[in-house]
Amino acid sequence: MTLEVRLSQRWPGFALDAAFTAPDGVTALFGRSGSGKTTIVNAVAGLLRPQAGRIVLGGDVLLDTRAGRFVPPSARRIGYVFQDGRLFPHMDVAANLLYGRRPRRRDAAFSDVVDLLGIGALLARRPAALSGGEKSRVALGRALLSNPRLLLMDEPLAALDEARKAEILPYLERIRDTARIPILYVSHSVAEIARLATTLVTIEAGRVTGAGPVAAMLADPGAVRFLGVREAGAVLAGRIVAHHPDGLSEVAVSGGSLHLPRIALGVGHGVRLRIAAQDVILSRAAPVGLSALNILPGIVTAIRRGDGPGAMVQLACGGDLLLARITGRSADAMDLREGQPCHAIMKSVAVHPDDVGG
Amino acid sequence: MTAWLGPAEWQAVALSLRVSLTATALSLPLGIWIAWLLARRRFPGKQVLNGLVHLPLILPPVVTGYLLLLTFGTQGPVGGPLRDWFGVTLAFRWTGAALAAAIMAFPLMVRAIRLSFEAVDPRLEEAAATLGASRLRVFATVTLPLIAPGIVAGAVLAFAKAMGEFGATITFVANIPGRTQTLPSAIYGFLQVPGGEGPALRLVLVSVAVAMTALLVSEVLAARASRRVAGS
Repeated sequence: MTLEVRLSQRWPGFALDAAFTAPDGVTALFGRSGSGKTTIVNAVAGLLRPQAGRIVLGGDVLLDTRAGRFVPPSARRIGYVFQDGRLFPHMDVAANLLYGRRPRRRDAAFSDVVDLLGIGALLARRPAALSGGEKSRVALGRALLSNPRLLLMDEPLAALDEARKAEILPYLERIRDTARIPILYVSHSVAEIARLATTLVTIEAGRVTGAGPVAAMLADPGAVRFLGVREAGAVLAGRIVAHHPDGLSEVAVSGGSLHLPRIALGVGHGVRLRIAAQDVILSRAAPVGLSALNILPGIVTAIRRGDGPGAMVQLACGGDLLLARITGRSADAMDLREGQPCHAIMKSVAVHPDDVGG
Repeated sequence: MTAWLGPAEWQAVALSLRVSLTATALSLPLGIWIAWLLARRRFPGKQVLNGLVHLPLILPPVVTGYLLLLTFGTQGPVGGPLRDWFGVTLAFRWTGAALAAAIMAFPLMVRAIRLSFEAVDPRLEEAAATLGASRLRVFATVTLPLIAPGIVAGAVLAFAKAMGEFGATITFVANIPGRTQTLPSAIYGFLQVPGGEGPALRLVLVSVAVAMTALLVSEVLAARASRRVAGS
């Protein structure tokens, strides 16, 4: 099911003009606070009626201002996980979960979602007696149980500390992999997007500045402009091929293989690797005598110099794209050009389980 | 109590209770609706409606009573048709006393309920809508339970005000023992005749007792409703 969105809305001092298409999988809306992400999601949910626009979900026209069509939120069957949970304070967890369910029974699907989110012990409690992470899980479950055709998540982790985020992320991954519905995920965390998203739409000041598969988008040297120097980095799909006795796991990627500290998943499992641009060193010659284990050969595909001393270099390693941040001075000294063979040396790699072949 | 209170006194107490309960019960749905309009909707003439609701609070009660008599009297523009078509007469009847009490108490009721509407987070109602709930269901299952403490407070305030209403009532329905003589009218009446201090004092005590009981009941109900809403 595909979601097509085209919106324009004008307020004094701010204009939103956005158009994008969200295919199956997780589409992340990425942008700074105030860029218009929440406005877009609210319009998709029907909580906001934009001045002009058209929203179509799987062929079903939810909004068409020119034709005067506006489907109210209660008839859209779109689940919305709010940043602040918005659980009903006067109902216990079970009643919250069942609020959008038809029929309102604790059936097999109810048990499945309760198990998936690990909230079986909370059913009789009131929201006031839940921790932040528990509230987030219940809010997720409530949206899932309303049998939605699309799931909207507006920074569902933003209100949580790092430990609680780490607690929720695996549940989000499970939902991505088990709920067969598209998800629109608003975030300003590159780490979350790299871990969860399949498609990335970037928004700046009310406009869509880029859209595409998350791996290609994050490996775009121009991406550093909105991701920030520290956050820029490529995402690679890999597969665990062996666990070695010295405690390292071997992961095959399209351009070679990487050795990483033991990954707690079986051989054959798909993993998603995130390699920050600032953790990549480039070498023209095949490096020898280095302590770094992970070296991938590649071809320089793009170089982009920023305003400062830095430069972003994109490498094609097999079928994957890598991003390296080096200094402009190094780029000059190495005489880097597009089409040149090069070696990428990785100082650190973040690993997340992935649905790819998993 | 019947032994302690004389028949005329007892009649006044019973009538006042009947008038106040009727006034509160019948005006409550309208009060909730008006409070919702004022708290949540934008429409032309909103300030006019707000002013009309609050008018009885500001006008001298005698003026309100006289306006009621002009409007709902048997010769009045509303009272005439009411009598001719439906056979209903309000002036100089206990039903008229209930109408006067309801109108005088209405601003207090609306204010309390309006405040509780404004305290409900509209984002909870939005969340309910995204879960497929119709407007009516959102109101019945989210809004109404959350404003329950405000409704209780508004109703008790209105009841207490109705029990004490005097000026508009005596102007609109007079002070006929057994028919329109409410508790305050009876106290006033006893104080006009020699030797009436005893019965007047007994009625004053009843008045205080009823007011205190209403206050206590409202405290208990509101606390219970708040606990239910906060969920602790």
